[in-house]
Amino acid sequence: MDDLPVDKVLVRRLCDRDESAFALVLDRWSGGMLRLARSYVSTEASAAEVVQETWLAVIEGIDRFEGRSSLRTWVYRILTNTAQRRGSREHQMVPSDELGQPTVDPQRFQSEGQPFPGHWWEPPPVWPEPEGGVLTDEVRGLLVAALEELPERQRVVIALRDAEGWPADEVCELLDITAANQRVLLHRARAFVRAKLETYYTQEETS
Amino acid sequence: MNELECRQFVEQVTAYLERALTPAEEQAFVDHLTECDGCERYLDQVRQTARALDALPTDALSPESRTALLNTFRDRPS
Ligand SMILES: [Zn+2]
Repeated sequence: MDDLPVDKVLVRRLCDRDESAFALVLDRWSGGMLRLARSYVSTEASAAEVVQETWLAVIEGIDRFEGRSSLRTWVYRILTNTAQRRGSREHQMVPSDELGQPTVDPQRFQSEGQPFPGHWWEPPPVWPEPEGGVLTDEVRGLLVAALEELPERQRVVIALRDAEGWPADEVCELLDITAANQRVLLHRARAFVRAKLETYYTQEETS
Repeated sequence: MNELECRQFVEQVTAYLERALTPAEEQAFVDHLTECDGCERYLDQVRQTARALDALPTDALSPESRTALLNTFRDRPS
């Protein structure tokens, strides 16, 4: 994918009502924005509305953009605010003590008094390599369902980091969280999704 | 030298991938990696998980809302 023009150029073109510049960001970011909106609201339809509303606010507010963050972060912040307002009914907070729990079932490891305490009983089973790196529809469906099950903040972080490829610092800035917190959320989310894949691949093996 | 257990290793995977471990922690992590096939596989599967998510296709705006937004943009006074 070609790089977008640098923010300064992009913002100037948007302020000059250059439609091709607007089409560029619209087409580049809407997919990721839809996915992110789905972390906050419960249907595809409300996610689409959130994205629509966000772009309207961007059109409305672009002349006031001051460049204190990147344009993308600014747009996405409008998105998360819009989505959060709308999704507040279904807003579920995770108790923070849950974040200290192990991410891998403790039963997988030997306990004290066993030959190798803290080490795997059975190492994780081997997964088949996806052919040519292409995911089957089944695996895609499983990943989407796994993301759906995650608590909101974990889901937002893993969607931005792994699905959208954002750098950690931009995610921290957008969500206003510390680097350590971001890492914990990402770690828990990845461990959860990995476990789902493991279950899937082991079932496939034995079926 | 402090030996890392597998159950500690699995909790450090993301910190390792984010280069957020201290040099001593990173050394212990890498040392463990070289001698534990289970943990090597675990780390690899976390990487594979991230790659799989990266390969997920994204939805697109409906053509109607795309057109509507472009029109709104065009009609906005400067
Ligand atoms: Zn190990």
